[in-house]
Amino acid sequence: MLDFVQQLVSGVALGCVYGLIALGFVLVYKATEVVNFAQGDLMMLGGFFAFTFIGMMGLNYWIGFAGAVAAMALFGMVAERVVVRPILGYPQFSIIMATIGLGYFLRSIAGMIWGTDDLKIETPFSQGVLRIGSLVLAYDKLSVIAATMILCTLLYLFFNKTTLGTAMRASSENMLAAYYMGIPVKRVVSIVWAISAAVATCAGVLLVPITFIHSNVGLVLGLKAFPAAVLGGFGSIPGAVVGGVLIGVIESMAGFYLAEGWKDVAPYIVLLTVLLLKPEGLFGLHVRKKV
Amino acid sequence: MRFLFKTDYEDDIKLFPHSGYVVTYGVLLALLLIAPYLLSSYLMSQLVFVCIYATVGVALLILTGFTGQASLGHAAFLAIGAYTAAYLQKYNVPFPVYFLAAGALTGLIGAMVGFPALRLTGIYLVIATISFALIVEEILARWESVTHGNEGMRVKTLSLLGVTVPRDSPTFYYLCLAVLVLTIVGTLNLLRSPTGRAFVAIRDSETAARSMGVNVALYKVKSFAISAAITGFAGVLFAHKLSFISPEMFTLQLSIEFIIVILIGGTFSLHGAVLGAIFIVMIDPFLTYLKDDMPGIIAGIAATFGAGTATAGNIQSKVAAFASLNGLKGAIYGIIIVLFVLFEPLGLYGRWLKIKLFFQLFPLYKRATFKRQKIYVKSERNR
Repeated sequence: MLDFVQQLVSGVALGCVYGLIALGFVLVYKATEVVNFAQGDLMMLGGFFAFTFIGMMGLNYWIGFAGAVAAMALFGMVAERVVVRPILGYPQFSIIMATIGLGYFLRSIAGMIWGTDDLKIETPFSQGVLRIGSLVLAYDKLSVIAATMILCTLLYLFFNKTTLGTAMRASSENMLAAYYMGIPVKRVVSIVWAISAAVATCAGVLLVPITFIHSNVGLVLGLKAFPAAVLGGFGSIPGAVVGGVLIGVIESMAGFYLAEGWKDVAPYIVLLTVLLLKPEGLFGLHVRKKV
Repeated sequence: MRFLFKTDYEDDIKLFPHSGYVVTYGVLLALLLIAPYLLSSYLMSQLVFVCIYATVGVALLILTGFTGQASLGHAAFLAIGAYTAAYLQKYNVPFPVYFLAAGALTGLIGAMVGFPALRLTGIYLVIATISFALIVEEILARWESVTHGNEGMRVKTLSLLGVTVPRDSPTFYYLCLAVLVLTIVGTLNLLRSPTGRAFVAIRDSETAARSMGVNVALYKVKSFAISAAITGFAGVLFAHKLSFISPEMFTLQLSIEFIIVILIGGTFSLHGAVLGAIFIVMIDPFLTYLKDDMPGIIAGIAATFGAGTATAGNIQSKVAAFASLNGLKGAIYGIIIVLFVLFEPLGLYGRWLKIKLFFQLFPLYKRATFKRQKIYVKSERNR
């Protein structure tokens, strides 16, 4: 039983990282209907920025964290301006390919700048554990879970309660109509990319104590976060986190209870099953089709 | 300028709209047939890879370009074809039999993937095919009694009707070329048949196709099966060409490469698959060439512009250091993809058509002919 709870907690923590990356996917998709395949690589880049600020320049953890988030938000805006804006309105396939290309580029550049070694940052959560009875919970995992909950709530409120959030939802429904209604669609899209890059950076920095950061981490985790977003139904903020946690728990349970090899495939098998039964994902909206 | 007057449907679907086509393709085929006597063995080997990649590209075009179903899992089909060949070869099954068996098995699995894919569109389909490919990759690594796991499998030299065909021989090249040409001709015929028309109808609008009486589910599964089977055939040749296969050759990376083939070539015509394959296969030797010769050339240019010997040597070593940076290839790949999507969405074949039209209409050519319509109304979600 104790093993089970232990696995559950580490699965939830891992799942929260997936969920955070998935949140980035969902944000961009919700506001622009663009699927950003480079989301994992944005996370990787955020981790490297944090490493530069904290590990190499020796800044305080929180200042370095904030600096990395700010820098990546700016980077997200630049990436949107250069790669995505010229092809907004074209078929989705083009945009997917463009972001895949962006991902390739970021991965190689990061490998050139920071090398291919595994890097690590000292964080306040790196050491120390919380003991509840005989249950041992590491701070680094708890910090990920807490941060995910906070971010998810904030983003949910932002999208549903603020004017800017409403503007984003409007421009996702119909960019042209939103533009006619006086919404500055270009700026909205730009801001969405900034937010999603910032969320990705949070994921990257929180991840560092759990796994190391290296130039391929974005691809590896992005491939797990993507099913998480789909599982939750692309376009639902709570869905992304729930999907991420599900994937994380399935993965850690399969790794513990099933034979070797199941750990990596189990999430995909579950995903395929869910897609078969509910093609819109768990929280997806069912929409009527129009010709 | 030549005007083609089409008076009935038969005229519209002719394989060779006018005699010029016969001449150009005849010359091209003749050149390809004498290529082994003209090109170096290294280039011949690359040409074999072009044939294999182009075959996969055609398969992917049937599915993605003409039926509108994106797939990021074609490396898995290639792997199934390759492993079927390697496995059957151990039991001394003759080449024609395992070649066909590989195609049949891959086609069957393709159809099985097609069924769950029926309800999925767009992004959900992409992730479903990625999942499928990752699962296949894991199975290949774990099912050791058949696939030898991560150790990989050795593929024996091809023997066709009692004659051994080494992988570097011209005969092997002719075999790959024959498979490619047959695939292209077969696909052209498929596309002008009712099946092909149904594919295109599904791509353009599923609802409209259904209301015209097209059995969408049936044709989607057919498209998956045909595309997978062709990829399976290519997989057999791929296995023989490499003579050794292991699971880490058939990763998501390879699937993305196949998508890049049709994206760079152009997704609206079979020419695209071939042009894209040439581009993808030849980019490697080209980059190696740049890496080896570029530093010297740049230093030479610097020297002619009056830089001293020391400066020129300095520049040369700096450029050489930059060229041998780890991961430069990946960055160039990424940039190429982004540039193509941004500036030449119709691909290389689209560029060729534009150039051709420019000269045909000179001086009346206008850019707007090929301009794409932007759609800002939310389309994919409500489709």
